[in-house]
Amino acid sequence: MTKLNKDEAQALIQEVLEVYPEKAKEDRAKHLSVNDTSDESQKCVTSNRKSLPGVMTIRGCAYAGSKGVVWGPIKDMIHISHGPVGCGQYSRAGRRNYYVGTTGVDSFGTMNFTSDFQEKDIVFGGDKKLSKLIGEIDQLFPLNRGVSVQSECPIGLIGDDIEAVSKSSSKEIGKPVIPVRCEGFRGVSQSLGHHIANDAIRDHVFDREGGGNDVEPGQYDVAILGDYNIGGDAWSSRILLEEMGLRVVAQWSGDGTLAEMEQTPKVKLNLLHCYRSMNYISRHMEEKYGIPWVEYNFFGPTKIAESLRKIASYFDDSIKEGAEKVIAKYQPMMQAVIDKYKPRLEGKKVMLYVGGLRPRHVIGAYEDLGMEVVGTGYEFAHKDDYERTNQDVGNATLIYDDVTGFEFEEFVKRVKPDLVGSGVKEKYIFQKMGVPFRQMHSWDYSGPYHGYDGFAIFAKDMDMTLNNPCWSSMTPPWKASEEADKAAVA
Amino acid sequence: MANIIISQAVDGGLTFYMPKKDLEEKVLSLEFTEADKWGGELKLASGQSYYIDPMAEPRLPKSLRARRMD
Repeated sequence: MTKLNKDEAQALIQEVLEVYPEKAKEDRAKHLSVNDTSDESQKCVTSNRKSLPGVMTIRGCAYAGSKGVVWGPIKDMIHISHGPVGCGQYSRAGRRNYYVGTTGVDSFGTMNFTSDFQEKDIVFGGDKKLSKLIGEIDQLFPLNRGVSVQSECPIGLIGDDIEAVSKSSSKEIGKPVIPVRCEGFRGVSQSLGHHIANDAIRDHVFDREGGGNDVEPGQYDVAILGDYNIGGDAWSSRILLEEMGLRVVAQWSGDGTLAEMEQTPKVKLNLLHCYRSMNYISRHMEEKYGIPWVEYNFFGPTKIAESLRKIASYFDDSIKEGAEKVIAKYQPMMQAVIDKYKPRLEGKKVMLYVGGLRPRHVIGAYEDLGMEVVGTGYEFAHKDDYERTNQDVGNATLIYDDVTGFEFEEFVKRVKPDLVGSGVKEKYIFQKMGVPFRQMHSWDYSGPYHGYDGFAIFAKDMDMTLNNPCWSSMTPPWKASEEADKAAVA
Repeated sequence: MANIIISQAVDGGLTFYMPKKDLEEKVLSLEFTEADKWGGELKLASGQSYYIDPMAEPRLPKSLRARRMD
């Protein structure tokens, strides 16, 4: 099917909205749009609003944003899921943020620590339990560098004073204990959780006495912010930066440590990958410590080269030369990857629906392979993300914010993309519809996709999914023969 | 009164950011821009306008208190 033009796309949105009641239709219409590159006003869809009751949304909660995204990957701290056992247990180790270390000895990334609230804790309060728990943790895992208390919903509801407990426990164990008020009911999605987590880092990590003095600051120090090392993403980014002559002193927060976070206010430049989840702390460091920050994109060789040059422009000529050298070194390898896979993937259409940065960041990588993104949308982005997206997508691209299960299915049925990229909750629906699918949150248990090394894997994975012979076997044999008979008669 | 951050934009202009609402907007015009008198009415690309008490020109980015005018 050829690509929809703008009017057809607009008509499709209207058609999909038809099933909703009047009020819901009005509300959802604001979240869906068609990109118009000729429109100078750059109007954005409405975003960061509460999802409608009754629709299938894919969003998470503030706890997911704080414990799952920002704090969870910090490997040498213990993150207590404070509240009932489920929130921590069902999100345990699901995000594949890789780290180096011995789990249970000096690293705790894939472990689940919870205060396991029972009825009596709700009735009488859980502060005593929390303080006992922190003591036990420190006894059982003496190599932890600190503890963070990630609140679940009941903590806010019963009014426990986790700040006071944290303060006294911190004195007892002689390590930082950081209270994070990320109760799930706050905000409309995980986005507020990111903000709360960033604020907790600002208030409790920076300027802590005795922290951040381990490394002598250098003139080429940078920190990677907002790379969660999914499938090793941060590692494949880091080597490029180091190769061009920069010194990466901190990784936030994939494979990150508390010491790295404390070191960050002394860097020369903050490199921001996930704008949505880490822009708050970048803005804070810019204001308080005068550290500039720059957004970069390490998906696909075009964007990588662009980003490396952009990063190098903040430093002297030796780094600029280094960047050119890195680009020149990997160019032939990337050309080989493109030569191999582009003929197999060219002209294919992709629809994306991911979290807070990939809906726009991976577009460049698809374009490098000759593929086209015909629809994209975010779970929890804000207006500034959509403004950035408008510059990256082509004319008549569908834009959908917090898309509902129904809308997404209808869009895919009508637009008929060759590939859908979204999360595990969407995966099996679309695969059963016969549409090739890649998980773009967890890289479908592959990865890394960042950096030059990642692009080769990305290209291979896309080819493997799209050109899999199974897609031609979607019709069962008994139906296939009927169709063949019909075709023969005709 | 709302807490806002004014920062330098890449294109040379100013950017308005309100953490509470996660609102990032371009600043179209600022009433006073002299070194010793900076602030006043702030017009945003979204059509809203805010007022900052005039002050000596700060080092940007800067957290400020602003009042909505409309």
